[in-house]
Amino acid sequence: MGPIKKIRYNCRKATLLIEKKLISGLSLPEKVELHIHLAGCSVCRVFDKQSAIINTMVRQMLTNADDNNVQLDDDFKQDLQHRIEDELNKD
Amino acid sequence: MSNPILVSNTLNPHQWVNNHADYLYTYALRRINDDEQARDLVQEVFLAALEKADRFEGRSSERTWLTAILKNKIIDIYRKRSSGLNKAAKTDEKAYEDFFYDDGHWREEHWPKEFGVEDQDPLHNKEFNRVLQQCMQKLPALWLAVFTMKHMEEESSENICKQLKVTSANFWVIIHRAKLNLRACLQKNWI
Repeated sequence: MGPIKKIRYNCRKATLLIEKKLISGLSLPEKVELHIHLAGCSVCRVFDKQSAIINTMVRQMLTNADDNNVQLDDDFKQDLQHRIEDELNKD
Repeated sequence: MSNPILVSNTLNPHQWVNNHADYLYTYALRRINDDEQARDLVQEVFLAALEKADRFEGRSSERTWLTAILKNKIIDIYRKRSSGLNKAAKTDEKAYEDFFYDDGHWREEHWPKEFGVEDQDPLHNKEFNRVLQQCMQKLPALWLAVFTMKHMEEESSENICKQLKVTSANFWVIIHRAKLNLRACLQKNWI
């Protein structure tokens, strides 16, 4: 298999490069390799698009801890504040 | 005359529960997905914070400071959960399913297909978020730890490797596999 064919055929490597691109960036040869692969592989192009979306959504979901409706119940909170007050009074 | 930039933040433990308990609880729950453990963590954070209150320098807000304490405790939990890695991973063989043939081609049954949310604004899609959360929980503990620390906390890869005791090569294997599995799970449960 020639080098171009190898790149064209290797979706396993291409998807790894996509992850690397999103996290630490790629070296120039890696960029070229991924570019050649994606130009000829529609399946990996879908992966490329979705992988970036997933990262954005995960980040969004986990950093927006504010706008959420999970709440601690009042009893738990009361006990907790009591424990804090007890600790404060020890000193 | 006081310079507002020099006025430091102060701690007010009498209002901690009111001001921060729900926030910290949500923060913890999103990252460890265990209600009881999340509650315990909130309590531990407040108690630990009291102990080191004298070291609070007022450079960050009270909430930022409490969240940093919580974050360290969450990393401890990741470390504990993933140290039983081999046992846990073997029971979850699906996660190791190979997506590719030996020559590197996608296996047909694993071909990525469009979710149908790519071109909309998926960020406000609550239902999709729910599926995403469920799919994340299906990942083996170590993968979830690596994935979460990378994407949520934006930890440096070096630090993640150090904290979770994985090699750099293994880090990339995990990142790659975690995404392949997560994406496949989304496709299966969303379309």
